[in-house]
Amino acid sequence: MAIEITKLFKKKQAVILERWMTNQLADERLREDLMSNEDLRAESEELITALVASLNESNIENPESGDFDHVIEILAGISISRARQGYSPRETGVFILSLKEALIEIAQEEVKDPKELNIANRKLNRLLDSFSIITFETFIKGREEVILRQTDEIAEISTPVIRVWDGILALPIIGTLDSARTQVVMESLLTEIVESGSSVAILDISGVPTVDSLVAQHLLKTVSATRLMGAECIISGIRPEIAQTIVHLGIDLSDIVTKASLASALQYAFRTLKIEVRKSAVKSAV
Amino acid sequence: MITATISLNKDTLNVLREQDVVVFRNRVKEYAVKIKMGLVNQTKLITAASELVRNMLRYANGGQIIIEVVSRGRDNGIRLTFKDEGPGIPDIKLALTDGYSTGKSLGLGLPGTKRLVNEFDIKSEVGKGTRITIIKWANG
Repeated sequence: MAIEITKLFKKKQAVILERWMTNQLADERLREDLMSNEDLRAESEELITALVASLNESNIENPESGDFDHVIEILAGISISRARQGYSPRETGVFILSLKEALIEIAQEEVKDPKELNIANRKLNRLLDSFSIITFETFIKGREEVILRQTDEIAEISTPVIRVWDGILALPIIGTLDSARTQVVMESLLTEIVESGSSVAILDISGVPTVDSLVAQHLLKTVSATRLMGAECIISGIRPEIAQTIVHLGIDLSDIVTKASLASALQYAFRTLKIEVRKSAVKSAV
Repeated sequence: MITATISLNKDTLNVLREQDVVVFRNRVKEYAVKIKMGLVNQTKLITAASELVRNMLRYANGGQIIIEVVSRGRDNGIRLTFKDEGPGIPDIKLALTDGYSTGKSLGLGLPGTKRLVNEFDIKSEVGKGTRITIIKWANG
């Protein structure tokens, strides 16, 4: 009579957990700094309980079966949380692959008939491989979420509008100026112009590595929009090599006030606003 | 016309998304720095490359770029070949006119690129695609 491997697992659940824990703890790369052994045991126990509970002779061959929804849910939760905590893919992989090892070990000890053992092994491999794939998929998804969040954060912090003086705004642009970025820049600049009642805005492009015709077009649009709001726009931070490139490209920036540095743009702004900045006359002491 | 040159180092890149532009520009910069191209020429080459790759993305949904280090006598240079399978350009002469654009851009991409590089060659067939080759010499 064929030995029912799934019943075997139900009976041996505690042993499997012990083997699995031993396997996991034996790995040199175990991240004790990220998770305590108790937490790891709790996680492992939750998963094994769910797995053994949903496993039966008919669905062991069908990893797609709806019976495993709960297992997959737990597994996905574990790998996403690991991705966020900064586990490496290898460390996450060891978690599920060492379970496979434990299950196969048990099967090897209990199933004596080589033919049956072979069949059981194949079934186990297929099931656990499918779980591994799910683990990796969700792990990568977790990482991607981290990246997306960071992208949003970068987009947000990279366009600060600074009030350098009463009536003067400065906007240092760092990185590539694409359509989406221009939109953010323009929006925050225009809002700030209204809020602060500024009449001069300085766009500093020192941090923009390449000014091609598309970037120039975006700059021109931003300048036009600023002018419509009644403020003057100065572009500063034009490096010599960029100046030469712009000329060769044939971009006409002659309608716009451009300066080499933020300092000279500020000076120009002071002059337009009739502000005078002077060193105070040194008074003799006493 | 592109003069006969010897290719020394070759790299092929597929550009399919807007995000690939920055990666591609950095790669071109690496090559330019490797052959000790001056900062102004570097900037011109990168800007030209940026124009062409943007055109490729915009009108042909991406394509393939070959980056090569080429040598002519004592001078080294970078050759970039842009190949796409887009709609092609019906009138190349018109496309090379300043201010002409079928999109809503400034219309400086192609003519500007031609002015930024030393050698510029364009072949295009309507319905089949476009192939643009540019060379910038390190001391050109």
